[in-house]
Amino acid sequence: MAGSTQIPAIDGWFTTGAGGAAPALLGSRCTECGTYAFPAEQSFCRNPDCGSTTFETVELSRRGRIWSYTDARYQPPPPYVAADPYVPFCLAAVELAAERLVVMGQVVPGVTVDDLTVGDEVELVIDTLYSEDGTDYLVWKWRPLAADSGEA
Amino acid sequence: MPGDRDKKVAVLGAGMHEWGKWGRPFVEYGLAAARDAMADAGLGWRDMQFVSGADTIRNGYPGFVSGATFAQALGWTGARVSSVYAACASGAVAIANARAQILAGLCDVALVVGADTTPKGFFAPVGGGDRKNDPDWLRFHLMGATNPTYFGLYARRRMDRFGATEEDFAQVKVKNARHGLANPYARYRKEVTVEEVLASPMVADPLRLLEICATSDGGAALVLTSMDFARRHAGGAEPLVTIDAVSTVTPTFPNTVIEMPNFSTDSAAANGSAAATAGFRPSIATAAYAEAGIGPEDVSLAEVYDLSSALELDWYEDIGLCGEGEAEKLLRDGATSLGGRVPVNPSGGLSCFGEAIPAQAIAQVCECVWQLRGTASGHQVEGARVAVTANQGLFGHGSSVLLSR
Repeated sequence: MAGSTQIPAIDGWFTTGAGGAAPALLGSRCTECGTYAFPAEQSFCRNPDCGSTTFETVELSRRGRIWSYTDARYQPPPPYVAADPYVPFCLAAVELAAERLVVMGQVVPGVTVDDLTVGDEVELVIDTLYSEDGTDYLVWKWRPLAADSGEA
Repeated sequence: MPGDRDKKVAVLGAGMHEWGKWGRPFVEYGLAAARDAMADAGLGWRDMQFVSGADTIRNGYPGFVSGATFAQALGWTGARVSSVYAACASGAVAIANARAQILAGLCDVALVVGADTTPKGFFAPVGGGDRKNDPDWLRFHLMGATNPTYFGLYARRRMDRFGATEEDFAQVKVKNARHGLANPYARYRKEVTVEEVLASPMVADPLRLLEICATSDGGAALVLTSMDFARRHAGGAEPLVTIDAVSTVTPTFPNTVIEMPNFSTDSAAANGSAAATAGFRPSIATAAYAEAGIGPEDVSLAEVYDLSSALELDWYEDIGLCGEGEAEKLLRDGATSLGGRVPVNPSGGLSCFGEAIPAQAIAQVCECVWQLRGTASGHQVEGARVAVTANQGLFGHGSSVLLSR
């Protein structure tokens, strides 16, 4: 049953789209060399030729293309909080063109690997990761654009 | 880099404890392997001047200290010691440390040991409590991304890009199961058919239970010496096997392939950044070839880290046995089977062993030693002269060892 409170399962990694704005992952962009990172870098730039220690927090592209995908047929061990009974889900690694990086995430429920292909366009959405004690814990998920019909 | 200085060290002894699942202390397995390796070398424990241990692993993280534990168990002799953690590459880094001591002239004889005992089931983060700054904890918590799901990503990508089929992946398992049949150290010694592989439960599509590496108990050890010591001690009686190069490279930025336990790759968007590099995995053996001054065309056999059946096909390309997208053809042509042009995993690979992490990279080298000596009874690669190992450990640890006779 859906909880009455909704909070991110982790702080500072994404916006939830509250207030009507589109949700987005929160990454960092190096103010010197332009390197992006997700999750956001706080202290050092990963570019070996850059000594910068200053970053701006940026919303990453909401759409990307599937680099690859798979699914989890068996219930993952804790600290994953699985629904009872367990429902398998897909995972996708998604290439963001502007940032030139690949970000993983679960695919929205109801999608199977048969619905996915490398190169497909997907969009970021916020969905419930798990519910506990009346609270929904939120996370980012990828939603195939081709599967628009029937998805929430 | 040193120029044409001889970087060879001799492998005088190789020893292993059978792989299995008994849950006994790892020291037992390591000691059995060490004693076998020393006996194989015709040397005793008091001859070992340096002990290089690969630490045990607990779900990917450093576990128990190894070098001093083995030294104490064998009886303190004052030998110098080192213990290393490099995830799945720990064994190769232990070899690299021993080799460096020998090449620097700091010792003549070194013992390398790795052993582990493993819990059942999926690898999962150690310990209780929330660790929200630890990517390995977070990938389980926020995505339910087990190790096999990362292997599944690589496998699916091969299918969509290169036309690999589930049958191809199953054939890798069938091949390795056949290779391991006569290997006395293998845990699984049973032939399987493509149909049996494809009938096993799906774990992370397209990978099935029989295609994903188990976790095992086991131990492996080597006695490494300087070339001068080997010539004095062995006197050229049998083919002398040498380690000619050891690669322990890290990735180069930007690493644009998603890897455990990460949520994302590096970004290639830096101002003035060149095109993405060739990738981490291909760089691992390349560094070993460059160090030894040879190429993949010289290789007689390879032991690669088949954490999944499909991953073995990635390795064919990454160690230069064929071009990108050509691994399925190499497999289908039988080139990587015993009797083929360049057999891969003649030991049976992880498919037949299951992974005893700190022992595994050392076990790969043990297999190569026996192959190059011509003593790999029942799974011998005829006329083997050059062997290469390759593996990749969590958190950016590459390893590749080149051996010859």
